[in-house]
Amino acid sequence: MSERILSVLVEDKPGVLARVASTISRRGFNINSLAVGPTNIEGRSKMTIVTELESVEQVKKQLNKLINVIKIVELDPDNTIESEVLLLKVSINKDTQTSVIEKASLSGAKSVDVGQDYAVFEMTGSSKDLDKLENLLKPFGIIEMIRGGRIAIQTKL
Amino acid sequence: MSEEKLSGAELVVRSLEYMNISTIFGLPGGAILPAYDPLYDSPIRHILARHEQGSGHMAEGYAQATGELGVVIATSGPGATNLITPLTNALMDSTPLLAITGQVASEAIGNDAFQEAYTVGLTMAATKHNYLITSAEEIPQVLLEAKHIATTGRPGPVLVDIPKDILNQKVEWIEPKLIEMPGYKPTLEPNPKMISQAAELIKQSKKPILYVGGGIIHSKANQELFELATKFKIPVVTTLMGRGAFPDGNELCFEMPGMHGNYTATTSIQKSDLLIAIGVRFDDRVTANPKFFAQNAKVIHADIDPAEIGKIREPEVPIVGDAKSVITGLIEKLADTDLNTSDWLDELNQMKKEYPLSYNQEEKGPLKVPFVLEELQKLADDDAIVVSGVGQHQMWISQHWNFTSPNTWLNSGGLGTMGYSLPAAIGAKAAYPDRQILALDGDGCFQMTCQELITASTENIPIKIVVFNNGNHGMVRQWQKIFYKNRFSASELTHHTPDYVALAESMGATGLRMIEKSDVKKVFEKMLEIDDKPVLVECIVDPEDMVFPMVPAGGSNDVVILNEDDLKKL
Ligand SMILES: Cc1ncc(C[n+]2csc(CCOP(=O)(O)OP(=O)(O)O)c2C)c(N)n1
Ligand SMILES: [Mg+2]
Repeated sequence: MSERILSVLVEDKPGVLARVASTISRRGFNINSLAVGPTNIEGRSKMTIVTELESVEQVKKQLNKLINVIKIVELDPDNTIESEVLLLKVSINKDTQTSVIEKASLSGAKSVDVGQDYAVFEMTGSSKDLDKLENLLKPFGIIEMIRGGRIAIQTKL
Repeated sequence: MSEEKLSGAELVVRSLEYMNISTIFGLPGGAILPAYDPLYDSPIRHILARHEQGSGHMAEGYAQATGELGVVIATSGPGATNLITPLTNALMDSTPLLAITGQVASEAIGNDAFQEAYTVGLTMAATKHNYLITSAEEIPQVLLEAKHIATTGRPGPVLVDIPKDILNQKVEWIEPKLIEMPGYKPTLEPNPKMISQAAELIKQSKKPILYVGGGIIHSKANQELFELATKFKIPVVTTLMGRGAFPDGNELCFEMPGMHGNYTATTSIQKSDLLIAIGVRFDDRVTANPKFFAQNAKVIHADIDPAEIGKIREPEVPIVGDAKSVITGLIEKLADTDLNTSDWLDELNQMKKEYPLSYNQEEKGPLKVPFVLEELQKLADDDAIVVSGVGQHQMWISQHWNFTSPNTWLNSGGLGTMGYSLPAAIGAKAAYPDRQILALDGDGCFQMTCQELITASTENIPIKIVVFNNGNHGMVRQWQKIFYKNRFSASELTHHTPDYVALAESMGATGLRMIEKSDVKKVFEKMLEIDDKPVLVECIVDPEDMVFPMVPAGGSNDVVILNEDDLKKL
């Protein structure tokens, strides 16, 4: 099933995330990714919700009923730029250090902290690229990984 | 602007007065106590319920009878949690409700303080919207906004939670003003293109049906509906929430379809080539299995709530808008179209003759609810308001009572809340002291909120209550007969405990009883005569009686079970 990306403009009010999340879960819809953050407009936040529904029409309508939800746009994947941030801490030792750092930087990750037995990488990119990095470093022993949730913006005006 | 400072509590009361609220329902407690003090001097009538659930249903009854906002006030913690049932009920039936709850002091929130409950969280899915007040200045503005949200668009309940310290905070009154809410702009005017498309479908239709519900009543569109139906001779079916939106007895009215609807109403939809659905939501009690629902029909679906359109059935013509504007638009577009529906009406009338609603009241046998209802309606005022519980009696009332105007039938349709009838009747009577308010309840339902009879007596609200005592959770028993091989697990209540007459008398009401056919008229005459206090009539009825027709849940509306013999079809 293909993914659908909803870009939801909300009022920055207490509880708005809970309202959106509960509306979605109450109707039994699954969320692949959800990211929230401020926008350039004072008092407005943007949520990017990625789901795998055949039809997102019902979700959109139910979310639109929320008083604090201002606007919902479903993004067209062909005209969308998507980005996600990742922090990943991986085990290293004398033997693996060079190859881990090399592999990571070839994938586009930046090493932000390297210790004797660990290294921390940061990467921004499409979620597929982040998946690749994760798979690449898995054999070395990932200690911890966090991803920030996918955000997306339409390329055309 | 006045310079005097008012407490948050005074602002609450002043805001209610400012919004012309004349009656509220509630029950005090620690966190809301500051608000009860200025209430003491206010012209607003406060009706003290015996349970917050009762106060919530009272506010609902008030709102459903008048079409205006109902207001309920409760304390924090258990007061607020007791409101969850009426809030959910109001959400399901789109009743405009404002609930004001006290909350523990701001600094104690989140500490599991005494009588703290996370009211905003708990009621998030039980309200159209809710608020936690964080400073006293907000109170007038938020209450006005809450009323606006509750009463416009698709109406519903809104809750405002106010911490106790904020009720005590002193600030200036700032006159509230409705400002634009960026995320709340209900669409009232339908898209003219959709109206044109709908009119085209109607013109082509040979077997149209107006399938209408509560939306007509909320929109006060009954006159427009009457014009649309009668001008173009389109038959009408009214859902459980829409009873009274189109007058029973009119030659075009085929009354209620669905699980316990009459055969003709249910079948008319199955045979129709065009459903003109207005202010309805294709509830499963109407559609049964939606796969088999109205398979031969195209659908025009008009609703003020866009989320209802396409939720169950994808319509050929979706229309978002207020029922009144939609219908007015349709009448204009159809102009002097001559719809020839006479064959279709003949077919329906023939069906109605062949499959009438029936009951069998024997001369010496136990009383049957439909018979009792018909006798009562002969004696009751034309503008009496009937308030039902949930169960067999509810279905019989909807089937056998003739509803001729909107807001005369109050019931819990969407949530099916037992215990709704008596308190909702109190709310209706508080709104209309001069009208007959008849709470027609089941014995099981009555026992859920019967303490509100004390509210009725002490607040001098002389409603009339009929308790249909079949000694059972009758509807449960009926399902156990049909689907569980007569294994009556936990559905028996007994006919004799409590002694309803003594119970009524002990609560300050008059208690009467009817057992036989010959009692019915006499006892009802007496009941209707008494007008200075509540009257309760215990009506002992046949525990074995079952509601028919019936379409089992998830079944097809093509297979209507008409009577006990028909159960073999299952
Ligand atoms: C609060 C609540 N609990 C349980 C039910 C399930 N239920 C539906 S009808 C019914 C029986 C109602 O009994 P009664 O009021 O005596 O009405 P009758 O069916 O006998 O007319 C029950 C238990 C419900 N609708 N509401
Ligand atoms: Mg009963």
